[in-house]
Amino acid sequence: MCLGVPGRILEIADDEGTAAVGPVAAVDFQGSRIEVSLAMTPEAAVGDWVLVHAGFAIARLDAEEARETWEYLDAADLGEMPAELRAGRGAGGADGEADGNLG
Amino acid sequence: MLEPEKQVLLAHGGGGELTRRLLAERVLPKLANELLDPLTDGAVLARPGGRICLTTDAFVVQPLEFPGGDIGRLAVCGTVNDLAVMGAAPKALSLALILEEGLAIATLERIVASIAATAAEAGVVVATGDTKVVERRGGDGMTITTAGIGELPDGLELGTGTIATGDAVLVTGAIAEHGLAVMSARKGLSFRTELRSDVAPLNGLVGAMLAAAAGVRFLRDPTRGGLAGVLADLAEQTRRNVEVEEDAVPLTPVARHTAELLGLDPLTVANEGKVVAVVAPGDAEKVLAACRAHPLGRAAAIIGRVGERSDWPLVELLTRAGGRRVVQRPYGEELPRIC
Amino acid sequence: MDKRKVRQLVGAIAEAAGRVERVRLMEICGTHTVSLFRSGVKGMLPANVRLISGPGCPVCVTSSAYLDAARELAGRDNVTICTYGDMVRVPGRAGSLEHARGQGADVRVVYSARDAVGVAREQPERDVVFLAVGFETTTPATAAAVMEADRAGLTNFFVLPGHKLVLPAIEALLAAGEVPIDGFLCPGHVSVILGAAAYRPIAEARGKPCVVAGFEPVNMLEGLAALARQVAEGRSAVENVYGVAVTEEGNAVARRMIAEAFEPAAAVWRAMGTIPASGLELRGKYRRFDARQRFGVEFGEDYEPAGCLCGQVVQGKVAPAACPLFGKACTPLAPVGPCMVSSEGTCAAWYKYGRPAGSSSAGTNAEGRG
Repeated sequence: MCLGVPGRILEIADDEGTAAVGPVAAVDFQGSRIEVSLAMTPEAAVGDWVLVHAGFAIARLDAEEARETWEYLDAADLGEMPAELRAGRGAGGADGEADGNLG
Repeated sequence: MLEPEKQVLLAHGGGGELTRRLLAERVLPKLANELLDPLTDGAVLARPGGRICLTTDAFVVQPLEFPGGDIGRLAVCGTVNDLAVMGAAPKALSLALILEEGLAIATLERIVASIAATAAEAGVVVATGDTKVVERRGGDGMTITTAGIGELPDGLELGTGTIATGDAVLVTGAIAEHGLAVMSARKGLSFRTELRSDVAPLNGLVGAMLAAAAGVRFLRDPTRGGLAGVLADLAEQTRRNVEVEEDAVPLTPVARHTAELLGLDPLTVANEGKVVAVVAPGDAEKVLAACRAHPLGRAAAIIGRVGERSDWPLVELLTRAGGRRVVQRPYGEELPRIC
Repeated sequence: MDKRKVRQLVGAIAEAAGRVERVRLMEICGTHTVSLFRSGVKGMLPANVRLISGPGCPVCVTSSAYLDAARELAGRDNVTICTYGDMVRVPGRAGSLEHARGQGADVRVVYSARDAVGVAREQPERDVVFLAVGFETTTPATAAAVMEADRAGLTNFFVLPGHKLVLPAIEALLAAGEVPIDGFLCPGHVSVILGAAAYRPIAEARGKPCVVAGFEPVNMLEGLAALARQVAEGRSAVENVYGVAVTEEGNAVARRMIAEAFEPAAAVWRAMGTIPASGLELRGKYRRFDARQRFGVEFGEDYEPAGCLCGQVVQGKVAPAACPLFGKACTPLAPVGPCMVSSEGTCAAWYKYGRPAGSSSAGTNAEGRG
């Protein structure tokens, strides 16, 4: 009934010793990322596109079909995971970096 | 246990030695300027040319520091920008800090440094100030109140009074970044984003716009309530319809996608570094070019026009799909829509 | 956006609708209601295509009694209420959860059910109650949260169960036969979980075409075009135009999670009364997470505030503009019923995106029609 937004899995946490049902992933939305449970899509892998609703991935998506359906997906973001993502650009880029605005 | 060297105590607000020391060692050196240094009860400013424009504002943002800025930068820019959109050249601010007991002094210092840097960037001085300490309130530790003074040249009258049907509506850059960046930094909304607040002093950009052509009728910064709030104001105050093209509104892919994720309408999200302008149609391109030539206006765009008079003035959006819908003023705090 | 494609689809809908007197379609899902308005698609449809909003806004169909129970719990010592956004502003007898927060109650908006479990972990000295409302898209999330709380051995996490099932409500509406419907636009994300095949009983036994669609403008138009064609041709099949996300079988893993933690039970739908096997209760070892048990609260009798027609609106019996309170006593700033509060609520969508009753264009476009 609710919002479902497509995103791409950046990394999947090691689930040793956590109580979480199913794996937990960091999912990228063209530069924003949230923690998403893969409880409903346990077979999803790093690099896969998933449909995210209220913090859960509810379906896996084909990248090309996703781009056709959600016109706001940046074309450049599809296919091979860009090198910056692999190198963890999405990881904590917003925290603690030197920032001209803070003087 | 509160540590006097590391955290603000109630005693720091007492007006005695601790206060003097806190200010002398941690606050004043960063803000030093001719008007402030005498530390008198009031600052004496030179008589302005033109008229005096006065504004006041209060800042309660949580958290105090967020991607792209902090409450100090926000306070200076918010005040400067209110003056700028009146057409006034900002000159000086007063700064009242209300600190919560327990605030880390290191945080205070960072924010004061940010105030100083932003004031320098905007070309204004913090002329006078006050500091109080209150008991812990479960907030993040600081609120700031300012007043700002600017010089308004004689003969410049910006406002909705001269707006006419056919006038162009322009926005100086991509929307929704500030609100989304601040949300990302709040506890409980566990997401991170490369979005940064767009908080910036806009007096330079506005100056360039006003210098480019005489036909700038109206300016406003789309802070709380976002672009939708300003458009609603326009329709209401001019009693005219306003038509906007969704495709023309500048919005980055990451901001759009993030707003979708949170269930927010980007039109309603706060901005702290943008101006909405209404410009006579013959001058719109010149003003647009002046914006784009300025670092803070590179993504400026003409997004619509002021329409006909109406008994029920509406803001109408020509949607990406080619349909139409009405845009209304947001009703209050837009909660992330989930279900 | 491919505007040509949009025009093409609108043309296809007009062509099909032109072959019959009228086409009455129910959009089951609140997100469809809102998306149709927001994208401007609603206003592009031919005059004889009528879109009727259905009971697919979870907040709107949650009984007043549930709200009051949540409000009561919010007032208890040491209780933290965690909820999705919209529930916060729905007014109950004693005010909304937002009011409760203003009076000192600890009410927090969460994005995910797991966030509520996180709050329980971080604050072992407080009891955390998660307001579990929503349809099949959201139910597996609650199941996962409860299972996680169980594994972690948490004793301070509870849910107030309010999940509902879409299909029994549709069957009940059809059985009541009060609102003539020619076809159903089926909710895209509930269908991710249930699978498109779940609508076969409605299409086959009830003879109503069911088309599963997503929420992007082109996709919604594809869904409406498929429906209009079926209605024009007198067919009643299940079609799925949201194949990027929805399969015939749906998400079996998610359904297993629901079955593990919940079992079907009768549920009270706001102003629609009790519908058998249309809600979910916690089952087996997960019963201990039921907040009603822990705190000794019961759901009282359902009721409607005087004059409120939300119950009629969610069944498609009444259009928002026909409610005497709409736009006058009931506005988003001062809502009387949940349809005006919820961002998926039909009345809120009409109010926000439509034209005021007095305006000159009110009679001439889709938003103004009943």
